[in-house]
This record gives sequence, structure tokens and C-alpha cells, in this order.
Amino acid sequence: MKFTIAIYGAPGSSQSAQSALNFANAVLAQGHEIYRLFFYADGVHNGSQLACPPQDEANLPQQWQQLIQKNNLDAVVCIAAGLRRGVIDNTEADRYEKDSHNLRADFELSGLGQLVDAAVQSDRLITFGN
Amino acid sequence: MSATKILVNLTQPPYGNSRAKDAIDAILAASAYEQDLRLVFTGDGVFQLIKQQNGQAIKQKNLAALLSAFPLYEINQVFVQSSALNERGLAENDLALPVTLMTDDEIGVFFEQHDCVLSF
Repeated sequence: MKFTIAIYGAPGSSQSAQSALNFANAVLAQGHEIYRLFFYADGVHNGSQLACPPQDEANLPQQWQQLIQKNNLDAVVCIAAGLRRGVIDNTEADRYEKDSHNLRADFELSGLGQLVDAAVQSDRLITFGN
Repeated sequence: MSATKILVNLTQPPYGNSRAKDAIDAILAASAYEQDLRLVFTGDGVFQLIKQQNGQAIKQKNLAALLSAFPLYEINQVFVQSSALNERGLAENDLALPVTLMTDDEIGVFFEQHDCVLSF
């Protein structure tokens, strides 16, 4: 079955980010396909390169990146939500004349059309975070 | 291919977190893709529809004003959980948009009739 996972919660403030990661692992372990990960609202913080959680706590952005790399997943961070919250890539840093950028490799900034496309193309769309 | 039947379930109050605004952005994006789109306001989500609200007082855009623009985007299929209105002391004429009221049982069936439910 083709799944899309929408993540609205930030690591460090919402358990939903960890739940989404656990669910993504379970989906793949059961032999299903992940069509897309879509990070929206505070969920965009899962794509930050600059999060430095304590050593004895889960590093969700890092774990997401490993999962994405290992399984060659499509991981989209909503560009509007990312811009609002300061999760931006090189291109947006140039456009808004910022002196740094922090989107992790293997994540992509794109629009809400990617969520709509995923809703249409996937058998199941599961949302984490209320 | 026939249009995908998408139901957007709005569960959160208009202010206090960004979920209601996030939903509006997603709804407008979905409307641009000409899918078969319906909205249902449940639980505290019904507060989003209140006519008399003043977001400016807390430096926020007036959410009902944003919702009122939906007919311009041909988003006309708006449903409301009747029990959620009652529990909050609201009535249909307190709302900024024309809506169809639904019982909890009807909403359960409604969810099943759609290909995809986006929850906000």
C-alpha cells in the first residue's frame, strides 16, 4: 500500500514527530511504500540542520534524514511554513538576503501542492500532530 | 481519472495555534487542483466560523474573513457538526458561511464516503 505521512509537530515540543517516525519505520518494515513525507506547520523543524538535542535524547531531524537517505524517500518541507519559522534552504536564503540556511540535505522545500498531490496519489494519508 | 474526493476536517479553534490558518492554505491549494473538495468543522473547529470575531485585537488576521472568501474559490460544500455547535452554545445564524448541519452519525458515514481526509 502507498502511504503519505503528514507531520505537523516539532521535535522537542510534540510527541507526534516521534510517533510519525515510528510509524514510517513500521510502514517500511511491513513492506509498504512511502509516497511522500510532508512536513507542515511546526513539523518543518524536523528538517532543521541546526537542532542540537542533548546526547541522551532522540535526534529526530537526524533520524529522519537517515530514514530518507536509506530508503530514498521523497521528503517535502512546506516552503511557506518553513519561511515563517526560519527553516530555509540556500535558494531562499539568497532570495531573502539571509546570511545562513539550515534545511538538511535530502529534504526539499516545496509548496502545498505536494500535499494535495500526495492525497490524490496515495492509498492512505496519515496525519501526525493536532 | 475522476477527481479525488477530499474531505478537510477542521478541529481546532481559530486562534491560539496556527492549525486553522494552516488548513486554509491547504484548502486553497487543494481547490486549485480541482479535486472534489468538502469541508467539515468539528469540535472546537466550529469556533472558526463565528461571524463576530476580531483577530486584530491579538494581531491576527480575522479567520472568518478568510473563510468568507471560500465561495470565490468555488469552495461551497461546508458541513458542520451539529452537536459541536450545541455544546458551545452556538447556532447556525452565528456563522459566517452558509453550512449544512450534520449529526455525529452522519459525519461518521461522511468520512467513509471520501477517498482522503485531511485533518487540521
